[in-house]
Amino acid sequence: MIPTLAGRLQTRLFVLATVGVVLTALLTPLLPMSFGDAFLMLLAVAVVGAGWELLYHLLMQFRWDKDWPTLFGLVTAVPEGLLMWGLLDLGLVPGVDGPVAFWAFAVMFGVVWLGQWLFVNGPMRVLFVKWRHRGGRLL
Amino acid sequence: MSVSSGDLTPELLHSSLWGDALVEAAGIPVYDMQLVTVGGGLGSFTLLDVLRIRGVATSAMRVLSTSDSPWQTWEYLTRVSQLPAHERIRSDSGARPDNIWGFPSYAVQEAWQDRSVRPLLQVLTEPVMADFYSPKAALVMRTVQREADRIGYWQMLAKGQVRMVRKRLGGGYFTILTPPAGSGPTKRVALRSRFVHLAVGYPGLKFLDDLQEFRQRQGERYRVVNAYEPHEHVYDQLSKRPGVVVVRGAGIVASRVLQRLIDDRERYGLRTQIVHLFRTYVTGSHGPHAFMRRKGGDGWAYQAFTMPKSAFGGQLKAQFRRATPERRARLASLVAGTTTPKLSGWQEQLRRARRGNWYHPVHAEVERIDLAPDGRLVTYTNSANSAPMQHVSDFIIDCTGLEADMPEHRVLDDLLRHGGARPNKAGRLQVGEHFEVLGAENGDGVLYASGAATAGNHFLAVDSFIGMQTAALDIADDLAGRGFCGGLGPVRSVSQWIRWAANRGPA
Repeated sequence: MIPTLAGRLQTRLFVLATVGVVLTALLTPLLPMSFGDAFLMLLAVAVVGAGWELLYHLLMQFRWDKDWPTLFGLVTAVPEGLLMWGLLDLGLVPGVDGPVAFWAFAVMFGVVWLGQWLFVNGPMRVLFVKWRHRGGRLL
Repeated sequence: MSVSSGDLTPELLHSSLWGDALVEAAGIPVYDMQLVTVGGGLGSFTLLDVLRIRGVATSAMRVLSTSDSPWQTWEYLTRVSQLPAHERIRSDSGARPDNIWGFPSYAVQEAWQDRSVRPLLQVLTEPVMADFYSPKAALVMRTVQREADRIGYWQMLAKGQVRMVRKRLGGGYFTILTPPAGSGPTKRVALRSRFVHLAVGYPGLKFLDDLQEFRQRQGERYRVVNAYEPHEHVYDQLSKRPGVVVVRGAGIVASRVLQRLIDDRERYGLRTQIVHLFRTYVTGSHGPHAFMRRKGGDGWAYQAFTMPKSAFGGQLKAQFRRATPERRARLASLVAGTTTPKLSGWQEQLRRARRGNWYHPVHAEVERIDLAPDGRLVTYTNSANSAPMQHVSDFIIDCTGLEADMPEHRVLDDLLRHGGARPNKAGRLQVGEHFEVLGAENGDGVLYASGAATAGNHFLAVDSFIGMQTAALDIADDLAGRGFCGGLGPVRSVSQWIRWAANRGPA
């Protein structure tokens, strides 16, 4: 991908609000967590994600091509997931009621991340022809 | 001259604005068409593809071309510059002229067709753990043919040489076509249209000044060749007896020519000696600061594609679009320069060649070329770091590029003289954000351009697959605003993509 900062933020929010919401809704009944907790976690990923995107944008500036390789989009799941788990564990995600099992969190986070990554690397281009020509901006 | 010969009259030649009666009086048959695209290469093809997908009928558009197919010129140029059909070109997996969505990418298609995960692993790990994936030339051509069949390209193709495009009194344009001799009763025909699109590519080959001078002075076409002209005889001769080749240039074509020379040498056990002259010798990473540093070394500047990747649709594209003319000039000079992708196999070849002492990179300016008494070539060079030198060789291969000077192209030259078009600072056509040629608009008619002729404007990567698609999509947006075609929102886009995937014609 060759995102701009605005494109990163817009794409993240759009994909979380579509693919993220659908996958969360499908997965929650299969996991020991409430819908409320699951969607609050998704929201937290969106909010904290804005900070991550700023960092990624800064790191991207060291690349001559100003691109964000496909692999980066996948492996950034690790630091983002770990931070999110840390925040959950420390009770820093407001509104989340019960303790969430690590394995349940990991499955939820992993599946949603993978689904979004696959979507962004393919079907997204079909929906919005100019998306990839505009650095990932939708607006 | 007879007034009804069906040829251009002096009045037509001299007037910049043609009335219908003037053309009819010359006996030139006039055909009405809503949109005409001139060129018939990948630029024309891409625009027609987008417009067909956006619902325009084949009967509303014509492509005027001397080429039998949209890939003909591209196939020729890639083949002679040492990228035959089975070789991988310098292009991204998602840059597909046959598929405006870029999905599935070439890597996915290749993986599917070869039942192999290797292309997928490569796009997954590029460019960090693997070289950038790029498609084979054959795959590009085969898929463009499929798309040309699907969109009814052949019904829109009118063969012939376009002589000029002139403004029409009352709006729109006349495009004068010289059909193949004997194909019609008149020498010329005119297409009267509201919209014209020019995608005429490069006017010709560009030679370095000293080589041009030598070729003209000596009438020499055998030993001094341009990499973009057929030069198979060079490789043939070198396979028959040992020889020395001077290679000039440090771009993708130079690296492909070197690869061919080294491949042949290693495959057939030849004793070819290669002298590689660098005008600019890059010793390492270069650029003004840590955020603007391009890799380089051994003379070369390394870059995956013809522009930094973000020029095609990311940060650099956005910055460049917003920038003032002065900032654009600064940005352009920063990213300019000849580059080549750092491909691991080729790097290894060059290392072997240097170790074997049969590849000699030289940083020098060429002063002149002369003929030695035995008919071989002598290149006299000057260098800041060493004494003047002479390099005797059997051949010189000029890998420095294609001619992009507009007045060299007849149609563009006519457009500058009569059509109101203006050159920009880069010597190309001034175009607006929708690739409309500024100054060439006429009443409700618009003249668009894409490709090399539109460099030096708001978009850097004009001469690329993605660049053609960018121009086509932007032109189509403008045409939609003028009522010529429909939009391409998510619903239509998905339904048209499904038709593409099922190989059913656009509807």
